[in-house]
Amino acid sequence: MPNYNLKINGKSHAVDVQDDTPLLWVLRDHLGLVGTKFSCGIAQCGACTVHINGTATFSCVLPVSSVGKSEVVTIEGLSEDGDHPVQKAWAEVDVAQCGYCQAGQIMTAAAFLEENPKPSMDEIDNAMNRNICRCGTYHKIREAVALAAKSI
Amino acid sequence: MASLTKASRRDFLKIAGSSVGGLVIGFSWFSCDSPKMEVVSTAEILANAKSFNSYLSISPTGDVVIYSPNPELGQNIKTSFPMVVAEELEADWTKVRVIQANLDTEKYDRQLTGGSGAMPHSWERLRKAGATAKFVLVAAAAKTWNVDASEITVEKGVISHKGSGKSGHFGEFVAEASTMTAPEEVVLKDKKDFKIIGTPVKNVDTKEMYTGKPLYGLDFYREGMLHAMIQRAPFGMKIKAVDDAAARSVAGISDVVTFGTSVAVVGTSTWPLMKAKKLLRIEYEPDGAVESTADHDRIFADLMVNGKADVKRNNGNFDAAFKGAAQVVTAEYQCPFVAHSPMEPENFFAHVQGDRVELIGPTQTPDRARQDTATLLGIPPENITVEITRLGGGFGRRLRADYVVEAVEVSRAVNAPVKVTWSREDELTGGAYRPAVRYRFEAGLDASGNMVAYKLRGVGMNAGNCTRENNFPSGAVENVLIESIEHKSTITTNAWRAPITNFLAYAEQSFLDEVALAAGKDPVQFRLDLLQKAKTSPVGEELGYDVDRMIGVVKAAADKSNWGKNPDVKQGFSVYFSHRTYVAQVADIAMEGGSPVLKRVTAVTDCGMVVNPIGANHQVRGGIVDGMGHAMYGNLTFENGVPKQKNFDSYRLIRMKEVPEIDTHFLDSGFDPTGLGEPALPPTGGAIANAIFAATGRRLRSQPFIEQKEFSDIKLEIKRG
Repeated sequence: MPNYNLKINGKSHAVDVQDDTPLLWVLRDHLGLVGTKFSCGIAQCGACTVHINGTATFSCVLPVSSVGKSEVVTIEGLSEDGDHPVQKAWAEVDVAQCGYCQAGQIMTAAAFLEENPKPSMDEIDNAMNRNICRCGTYHKIREAVALAAKSI
Repeated sequence: MASLTKASRRDFLKIAGSSVGGLVIGFSWFSCDSPKMEVVSTAEILANAKSFNSYLSISPTGDVVIYSPNPELGQNIKTSFPMVVAEELEADWTKVRVIQANLDTEKYDRQLTGGSGAMPHSWERLRKAGATAKFVLVAAAAKTWNVDASEITVEKGVISHKGSGKSGHFGEFVAEASTMTAPEEVVLKDKKDFKIIGTPVKNVDTKEMYTGKPLYGLDFYREGMLHAMIQRAPFGMKIKAVDDAAARSVAGISDVVTFGTSVAVVGTSTWPLMKAKKLLRIEYEPDGAVESTADHDRIFADLMVNGKADVKRNNGNFDAAFKGAAQVVTAEYQCPFVAHSPMEPENFFAHVQGDRVELIGPTQTPDRARQDTATLLGIPPENITVEITRLGGGFGRRLRADYVVEAVEVSRAVNAPVKVTWSREDELTGGAYRPAVRYRFEAGLDASGNMVAYKLRGVGMNAGNCTRENNFPSGAVENVLIESIEHKSTITTNAWRAPITNFLAYAEQSFLDEVALAAGKDPVQFRLDLLQKAKTSPVGEELGYDVDRMIGVVKAAADKSNWGKNPDVKQGFSVYFSHRTYVAQVADIAMEGGSPVLKRVTAVTDCGMVVNPIGANHQVRGGIVDGMGHAMYGNLTFENGVPKQKNFDSYRLIRMKEVPEIDTHFLDSGFDPTGLGEPALPPTGGAIANAIFAATGRRLRSQPFIEQKEFSDIKLEIKRG
């Protein structure tokens, strides 16, 4: 019998995993939702960012046992067809280099703009400081968040 | 002037029409002078997807498919290569689809990502491929309409004949084109007529990346595949005994396998592996030097004085000139080991079945992955297939195939398809670092402040030649001595973005700043004086750099940065040539309320023609952010063969709030394009160190800057604008 019933991207998913399994690995290994990335595993880089009840959360350190009835949204569920304002802004600005961190960046930005739809540039910098981009696309991330803010 | 290139009829294109309906044009990427073409029918190609990948194909609907052979790790080659083909083809970019090719050494040459070399290597080949395809399509249209081919024009995938008013898209002529004879000569476009090259074209994988599609190696899953993680031995150690009982007891663990100095835990998903790996009890014993950073410090100090050096360049008589100098400047610089830290940790899928192997994953050198696998298993390379996924960064780490071979070892041992995943701790402790180096510089000035003697003596840990003896200021100084010493460490190193120059440029450009100030000269004028000497009376053997192009970026960077014009802004200058590209940078520090604020880096790049301004800007900004991040923060120190920094909590990478504004400028020097993945990085550390000196009087001769006592109380802020 599956021991967890998770609400992910508006659907119910039954999984049978150990209690301490981080949500990241439930998504990736058990549900095939690989858009959420593994990079540091210790809540330092933000590549694994998902929304838990709308809040940007590091899924690499979140045990599945603590997810409960929370609404989980991953990059795959952020929009129907990649048309969330943040995704559109990312495409318009052409943010990515390797692209690996960008799903996490987008999830952080989307949750942030939900809370603060009209941010200052300093507020954008503060919000996005939790996500590392090893390619150094920070200028474009900043530009894309500002652009998305205009259309939200 | 349009350029004409010749190729023999024998070597040239053959076109295959087909019952399936598409025009498939095969072109070999091997030779620049004579692009060999081959005959392959569409049906044959479609029947075997793996051989489909060296082709440009055009469907009857006019859609164009272009295969991109080189691994894509963020350098944007998957977008810029097809742009070049599409330009000469006169394709409609909106109808071009790009597919990552698998490894195929029969069809592709230099199928690797490294050395910023893909574009200079392939530029001519790509243009010829597009031009050849256009030629046969035009010939087909001319025959169909019974008009002269010279009267036909092509634009955005549409072929037109003005006289008769006829026009049609590419797809309408693919059947006829397949009967055409290949041209002996193909005319390449005049650069001034380029419509795609030089324009901002967006990344072809944009949508997949922003919607979380499985693009990367770590995203690869296959039904029945096992997962594995590996505990590797400290450097200089080997395994004495393994107690895996506790690891085996973890639910989800199917096996524990020991090979070489590694122990692999194998299971059905990743999380149990992470738990089990921590429960391994492995006893190690020395198998060579077990080194700590304190040992390295002693080794560096000893070799700097006593080491037998490899003399890389010797012009004039340095010792005599130095002794007779009116003024001398000496300084020592050092850089630590750093890791590559691509955001996607190393990983690879391997499936060994008898004498055949399937490999899938992120690699900068797919052929090396295959060769190393063939060597390990003693099987022919052609029995091994390599599928290249998108790479979540590389920075040189994925030039090595160690992590591919490991996956092969595990798959062989457990007789199943396996994906090996590295944790971040594995990545930081697993080796293949940028080598640690130490440099001693000595310069002698004459009474007029001209540098007449210059010596560089470098010691590197597994760095090979840690100098670039034919680079500036060689050629500009009468008496030059360049020496390199290598210590063979048990700590493994590897190419790291802009190998050697990523730290040498910082040390050299900061030292030249010291010399300029000692000479009482402006740092920019000091360099221009040296370059003038290199231009008018170059010293010694042939130089690796083009003096005029370097002068070009120096002058332009001074101009674009308003060098020396604003007394409230303290500036640092740096210029470097690497990977065929010239980059000059100026860092600006403003004093605000008595505190230094790093506000801006201005960069002027001469990479010849810019293929895609979006990609070019990305690479220059990214290179500067990378160069700055590692100069400021990057440091791996060792204790008994193990790095002390094991994850991003103690190994610091640069973040959003730590980057200044970056202004990028590109000089149109008229040359063919050169690569940009690396060249913007080397100058950055020097520009920032020199600006910090200008603002605070503190000379930073060691990286990372934040750990130096000279830096500790200057309270540098970083703000954009």
